[in-house]
Amino acid sequence: MDTLLEILNDLHPDVDFETCDTLIDDEILDAFDIVSLIAEINNEFDVNISAKDIIPENFNSAQALWALIERLEDEE
Amino acid sequence: MKKKKFLSAVVIILFIAGSLYLLQRLVMPKYMDDVVEGNFIAEYYDEEKDHDVIFLGDCEVYENFSPMVLWEEYGINSYIRGSAQQLVSQSYYILEDTLRYETPDVVVFSVLAVPYNEAPRESYNRMTLDGMRWSLSKANAILDSMTEEESFLDYVFPLLRYHSRITELTADDFTYLFHRDLVSHNGYYMRVDSLPAENVPEGRPLGDYTIDAAQMEYLDKIRILCEENGIQLVLVKAPSLYPYWYDEWDAQIVDYANEHDLLYVNLLDQADEAGLDFQTDTYDGGLHLNLSGAEKLSHYFGAILRDQCGLESRRGEEALEAAWQEKALWYQEDKARQEAEIAAGG
Amino acid sequence: MSITSYSFLLFAGLLLILYYVIPRRWQWALLLIASYAFYCFSGVKYLGYILATTICAYFVSLRIWELKRRQDARLKLHKDELSREEKKAYKAAVKKKQKAWLIFALLFNFGILGVIKYGNFVVSNISGLFGASGEDLFFQLTLPLGISFYTFQTMGYLIDLYRGEYEPERNFFKFSLFVSFFPQLIQGPISRFGSLSKDLYASHPFDGRQVSFGLQRMLYGYFKKMVIADRIIAGLTTISGDPSAYTGAYVFVGMIFYAIDLYMDFSGGIDIVIGLSQALGITLPENFKRPYFSKSLKDYWHRWHISLCNWFKDYLFYPISTSSAMLAQAKKMKAAGHEGLSRRFTVYTATMTVWLSTGIWHGASWNFVVWGLLNGFFLLLSQELEPAYRRFYERFPRLEKNALWNGFRMVRTFLFVSLLCMFDYYDSVSTVVRSFVSMFTSFRLSVFWDGSLLAIGLSAVDYWILLVSLILVFIISRIQEKGQSVRGLIAARALPVRVIAWYGLFLIVILFGAYGIGYDATQFIYNQF
Repeated sequence: MDTLLEILNDLHPDVDFETCDTLIDDEILDAFDIVSLIAEINNEFDVNISAKDIIPENFNSAQALWALIERLEDEE
Repeated sequence: MKKKKFLSAVVIILFIAGSLYLLQRLVMPKYMDDVVEGNFIAEYYDEEKDHDVIFLGDCEVYENFSPMVLWEEYGINSYIRGSAQQLVSQSYYILEDTLRYETPDVVVFSVLAVPYNEAPRESYNRMTLDGMRWSLSKANAILDSMTEEESFLDYVFPLLRYHSRITELTADDFTYLFHRDLVSHNGYYMRVDSLPAENVPEGRPLGDYTIDAAQMEYLDKIRILCEENGIQLVLVKAPSLYPYWYDEWDAQIVDYANEHDLLYVNLLDQADEAGLDFQTDTYDGGLHLNLSGAEKLSHYFGAILRDQCGLESRRGEEALEAAWQEKALWYQEDKARQEAEIAAGG
Repeated sequence: MSITSYSFLLFAGLLLILYYVIPRRWQWALLLIASYAFYCFSGVKYLGYILATTICAYFVSLRIWELKRRQDARLKLHKDELSREEKKAYKAAVKKKQKAWLIFALLFNFGILGVIKYGNFVVSNISGLFGASGEDLFFQLTLPLGISFYTFQTMGYLIDLYRGEYEPERNFFKFSLFVSFFPQLIQGPISRFGSLSKDLYASHPFDGRQVSFGLQRMLYGYFKKMVIADRIIAGLTTISGDPSAYTGAYVFVGMIFYAIDLYMDFSGGIDIVIGLSQALGITLPENFKRPYFSKSLKDYWHRWHISLCNWFKDYLFYPISTSSAMLAQAKKMKAAGHEGLSRRFTVYTATMTVWLSTGIWHGASWNFVVWGLLNGFFLLLSQELEPAYRRFYERFPRLEKNALWNGFRMVRTFLFVSLLCMFDYYDSVSTVVRSFVSMFTSFRLSVFWDGSLLAIGLSAVDYWILLVSLILVFIISRIQEKGQSVRGLIAARALPVRVIAWYGLFLIVILFGAYGIGYDATQFIYNQF
């Protein structure tokens, strides 16, 4: 989780990712961010987030994203 | 509460319908200053409808025959139901429309449009059809002669057709919102100016002189309608030099007249007999007659109507005399006004 | 049948009445019949295309689902016998089969679209390469109505299905309605099955507020389309018709007018489509969110033709940028020490692919290819400049909320977008470049007041009507931008106010709409009889 927060903070230093849960709804993360994020996550955690997982529910908060990563790791 | 709601609904509907109606009247062309031909068809409805003769056709009737002369010299009470480029089908439906009000003894139909078969044009359609009162005949006339770009709805709600005139309204549009001035003399369009006919072109040879079957069909429908109503149908070709009248066309009309035992008068052949002088009797070089020409022609044609159709003079009928007296005043006034304009160099 | 024609209004009117008169369980069937009737009006000969897509997608959707169902059943049955690896291998095998079906459907349907939409373009360019003139076209096909829209919508459905997002629609006729629902055949929006299907097949009792709101929205759409877009066209065709004569300031005028025309025409059409659907109780996704209020190009593409952008994002941008091949490549680059390149690689590739496709989607010509690539390029450029922007705002924190500054950003974005639209406006890339250059070399300011603008097919009255209408749209957009519903605000007023507002708008459309035979400069100038 800390690694994830670090990645996120690199992307947008001005956002408090620990509390924010409207990252997509408020358009804080755009398509470019999401793609870089997925590449970074792939690098760090070795999970593939595929296009079908890119839905607001998975990306609206750091917690949700973390849950997605854990779920994917589980499936591997 | 319910009553109040109902009442406000009625008020709103009346307001909307009323304002749309007013707007529609406002934007419709008034045809008062310019192209007065647009008013001819509508003027008929204000007439006392007791005519002996109804003329049907295009400019070859409304610029060449003067009902005033027919009345004064022969006591024939006539009216011209003609409009610019009136198609044969439109003449048929206008005859249907006329029969809703009266049954004349004689219908004189100008045959030029039968072989000439011009393509319908929106502007002419409008001038002919907008003036008709609503009836099945009008609806059929519209459907039969509409161009591809036109739509029936534009005739039902002319506001849709003329809406863009809202930005170019003139004083006339307000002056004539609810009434029009009389522009014709029983459908006759008076012109007193003159322009001699010179270099009238010969007709170009055509590939095919056969008259279109659909056109003949409408002529036939006019004949049958007349027969059914006990009306004598007379076919005429006006003496206009142009559009060119081909002998081949004439022969087909002659055949048709013979076949159905109709009187067909080719006034083009009898122009000299009628005393027409194309140096002085036309206002546009031979297309249409001016007042002098129309009066000569009416004098000549009136005799034919009297002798060959057995029309008796109705001079002396009190109501008619009074009506025509009034018409004569307007006839003289129009003539004097135009002459004054010409004298003033107009 | 154009949506501004009497026949369309008559068609929509009849449909609305029937829709609320028949038993509600048949409403969807009526929509299907209406949709096919509508399609037939545009040409019975095109029926084959939409039917081919419908049947193909229907069949493939069932295949994909059947494979999944069998897989689930088998896994359940042999739950304990199969090892984790075996299960995984089996799932992968099934996925592969599903993928084969999906690819077949994609190739088949995009193939049809490709051949009829781009066949000429491709052939003429190839023959151009070999020295042929490129004029003599290989074949000339007119596009079947809405083919770009229904193909995209239907393929989106199949991809969603492949991803397991929902079950397929088993009823062939219901499915046909999803493909052919007629309001969106005209110009979108491209809907997703998940949200549209619920409304499409549900029964809708008559809801006065929905119906009147829907009709009101249609009216507003007609206003944008007929009073503004169709009026401004006269000036546009004059300028683009002779680019060598209309240079400099005219190009600028044409550019601005074209941007206005494009928005009013397209969003007005969408208003009509969404309004009609709303009157039928069906919610379609919004396609425009006041794009000319955008503060940046990126912002603009979140507000313009949203449903298409989302389609490309969901079905092209993300799949490319998250594909394992791309990620592996990026990883390799990073391992080789090219950190920056690795970071950019996926985004750049995906972005340029999407924008090339978006360009081609808009039309088969080089103009659109260039247009698409320029959009992609500038989006990436502003992405690169992001850190600089951030530093700028850190330095001037008050600027971010400054109305004047934001106004400037909007105007700048509008001008930039209008500039890009020139590729759509002029007929060739070289004309665009030449006209663009002339804006700087031969800009004659006097064009704006010496009456020149009155000679391009628009009269002073036209300009006044346009000006007042644009102000009206601007005010309405401002209210909407604040998150308020204009129709809601009016509906809350007293009856006379409501009547005056809507009847007034109706009259404006009737009187000032540029429609009908009468709308002709040559009107009522008669020849001599």
